[in-house]
Amino acid sequence: MKKALSLVLVVILTIVLCLTGCSGKEKKIVVNFLNWGEYMDPDVVNEFNAMQDEIEIVCKYTTSNEEMYALCSTEGSEIDIIVPSDYMVERMIKEGLLAKMDYKGMENYENIKAYSESRTFDPNSEYSVPFMCGTLGIVYNTKLVDDEVKSWDILWDEKYSGKIMMYSSIRDTMAVALSRLGYDINSTNPEEIKEAGATLMEQRPLVLAYGTDDIKTSMVGGAVALAMDYSGGAAAAIMENPDLSYVVPEEGSNVWVDNLVILENSDVKEAAMTFINYLMDTEISARNVEYIGYSSPDPKAMELVSEELQSNPALYVTDDMVARCKYFVDLGDALSYYNDEWMKIFA
Amino acid sequence: MKKFIKNSYISLLLLFLYIPILMLMVFSFNEGKTMSKWTGFSLKWYVQLFNDPNIADALTNTLSIAFLSAIISTIIGTLAAIGINECKKSTQNLILNFTYVPMVNADIVTGVSMLLLFIFLRIPRGYGTLLISHIAFNTPYVIFSILPRLRQLDPHLYEAALDMGATPVYAIWKVTIPQLMPSIITGAILAFTMSFDDFVISFFSTQGMVNNLPIYIYSMAKVGINPKINALSVIMFLCVMTLLVITNLRSMRADKQAKKNRQLANRSETRHKFSLKRETTS
Amino acid sequence: MQKKHLTLPYVVWMCLFTIVPLLLVFLYGFTTTNASGDMLLTMDNIIKVFSAENLKVLGRSLLYAAITTIICLILAYPAALILAKKKGSASFISMLFILPMWMNFLLRTYAWRALLETTGPINMFLGLFGIEPQQFLFTESAVILGLVYNFFPFMLMPIQNICEKIPYSYTEAAEDLGANKLQTLLRVTLPLTKPGIITGITMVFMPTVTTFIISRLLGGGQFMMYGDLIENQFMLLRDWNFGSALAVVMMVLLIISMAILRKYDKDGDAAL
Repeated sequence: MKKALSLVLVVILTIVLCLTGCSGKEKKIVVNFLNWGEYMDPDVVNEFNAMQDEIEIVCKYTTSNEEMYALCSTEGSEIDIIVPSDYMVERMIKEGLLAKMDYKGMENYENIKAYSESRTFDPNSEYSVPFMCGTLGIVYNTKLVDDEVKSWDILWDEKYSGKIMMYSSIRDTMAVALSRLGYDINSTNPEEIKEAGATLMEQRPLVLAYGTDDIKTSMVGGAVALAMDYSGGAAAAIMENPDLSYVVPEEGSNVWVDNLVILENSDVKEAAMTFINYLMDTEISARNVEYIGYSSPDPKAMELVSEELQSNPALYVTDDMVARCKYFVDLGDALSYYNDEWMKIFA
Repeated sequence: MKKFIKNSYISLLLLFLYIPILMLMVFSFNEGKTMSKWTGFSLKWYVQLFNDPNIADALTNTLSIAFLSAIISTIIGTLAAIGINECKKSTQNLILNFTYVPMVNADIVTGVSMLLLFIFLRIPRGYGTLLISHIAFNTPYVIFSILPRLRQLDPHLYEAALDMGATPVYAIWKVTIPQLMPSIITGAILAFTMSFDDFVISFFSTQGMVNNLPIYIYSMAKVGINPKINALSVIMFLCVMTLLVITNLRSMRADKQAKKNRQLANRSETRHKFSLKRETTS
Repeated sequence: MQKKHLTLPYVVWMCLFTIVPLLLVFLYGFTTTNASGDMLLTMDNIIKVFSAENLKVLGRSLLYAAITTIICLILAYPAALILAKKKGSASFISMLFILPMWMNFLLRTYAWRALLETTGPINMFLGLFGIEPQQFLFTESAVILGLVYNFFPFMLMPIQNICEKIPYSYTEAAEDLGANKLQTLLRVTLPLTKPGIITGITMVFMPTVTTFIISRLLGGGQFMMYGDLIENQFMLLRDWNFGSALAVVMMVLLIISMAILRKYDKDGDAAL
């Protein structure tokens, strides 16, 4: 026992020493980049670091927009670049947490300019540039569903009772209910929110489970017929199970975009912009699409990706989809109405 | 028969504990990205694993924090346990009740309360704060592994050592600690394991400034857990397991050897006595 | 030097990094921040904890925790007795029980999810015997399974720790005096191992109440637990005051349950 312990400790100590010993680097401008895990091809960052003599990108990881916000809004954070979603960018702009972009040296901005300036929460791209985008829709198994999937109503169809999955996330799931009723997904009207809650309550007996990223697992397994899912998850599921397909319902839905932003209190804004410019390169965007399986706002990049990805129905965000869909807006205190309804359903 | 039932009971429990691990092992060789469908054998996740600097970085942090926090909390905890055992009942209860708190409190509350403290004291979040919080939640596990043994120790041994002129420090070091060793080791291993797998508290106490493996794994939830993490866990798991098996086999062999030596010694002793007897009788 | 003083480093550490942070949680739980950023004393958040919905979640969590604790105890007690009697290989086998914790908790839960799937390995295995695929996943049983799986080592370790220290002579004496196996177990072994059982219960029961993720993944988000509730306040709704109030109520529950446990343990060893 004693021996076992000392052996384990020695091995661990050696590993630690070896690993830390290797990291003797010369002084460079360090840019701290807080991203979602697996949300960028690691080689893209490695190549940038190898190419640049003066800049070093250090990656950190987070699990949600809320955590990203919590990290950046408390004092003493040393983060420079983050990748928040639409509504979080809006909130951070409002609170003055983001630095203004300077497009003078950023020739790659042209690649995504059209998409960038269509974003309602930052219409002049003053503070942010889009990184990855997508929609909220229905992923379904063509072997189990014979009806045409075009409306949210199908998720309320008793025929598929016990074969439907929904998101267990307040905003996203309520957005489906609100869209189905023809209301704005950013509604702050308590009556509308109540009604949306009631339809979810009515749907509950039909729903097999409420999940998040694991919806994709169940869809691939083939036991679930229909699920609401984000295009990113849907695209990954379709890659593994060709019986699956994806549709954005006609009533409208949510369109999302994750954006690269620089924090106002960053000391290395210029270096950060050099990195962002590099990420907007068409070829780099295409590589990230390959790695992550999400869509890039750069249309030319989407032409460069492999055929397998190009044929994936969940990967493309078309103009008419965007016309039907809306970005989430930061709701402030109205979020508590949503939470009240949610608690009624799930408590 | 009875032994058979006992052994199969233990084996069934172990099977229950190891089934998901087996599942992870098998699917780390899967071509596809999910565990719900086998799409073919592939080593690509293992290849990708060794080309990922983020994972190496996260692994270094996790291991060094687990190692340091386990050592420090074992020292603090062992001393504390010996001390607590000598205190008045009421003092004991007071300390122990507070010791329970980090063990049973929701991780997120511990994490948030730590963050509040660090902000309050203006300590910049980073490696240091991560270490502090890991020591804080590990130490109770050490104390509670050691105390039950301590209570069952014979206090006369320590007193005898003092009577024979040992200083208290020397007596603790030479008498109490060796008797406690098995539970100290259990405590240290437990502390290491707890630190190794902690996500919530680490996340709050570093505010994401230091990545450890759990933080990295959780942060993948958006895009989906990448199977290279499964591959990594499998490798680490097998390493630890092999180490255990080897050392165990060795100590078993050492036991056997010791037994044999004892038998030999016994035999020669009896022979010796026997010959003595003969000598006296003749 | 007195032995007592050895506690000093720990007590200092505990005050700084356990007690002070907890006081901060209490401070948040009993206050609210108004628009101009001032902290105001209020009971509103504590009262809000006792709304019908929150109580339902709390009730469910306590029930799951109770079931989990009982199952863990029933499974772990015989195992601890068996392991305590095994001399040579016991330390190795008990290491085998901690070893799974080396695999990340989230990964293990994901693995259970894949195992229990209607198209997963367990159903495939049952299919070999002609059993129809069962819906294991997204049920309360699946949640309990995940909880038992996760907390079992915490029940086993303290009991085994204490079983090893019971001298053989005690049980032998009981049997010599004419007690049968069951009587020996109930009258001798059980009382002697009580401190271990109580530690086990404490280490399983309360942490179960506040787990999150397990119920969400294996129960399909349908059985919200108290941990999920706290998590939501801190992460999603950013209502740290109400989140702290939920935590305060939980800590009070903790104190009550420890007091109850102590009552059952007349020797005053309950804290172990």
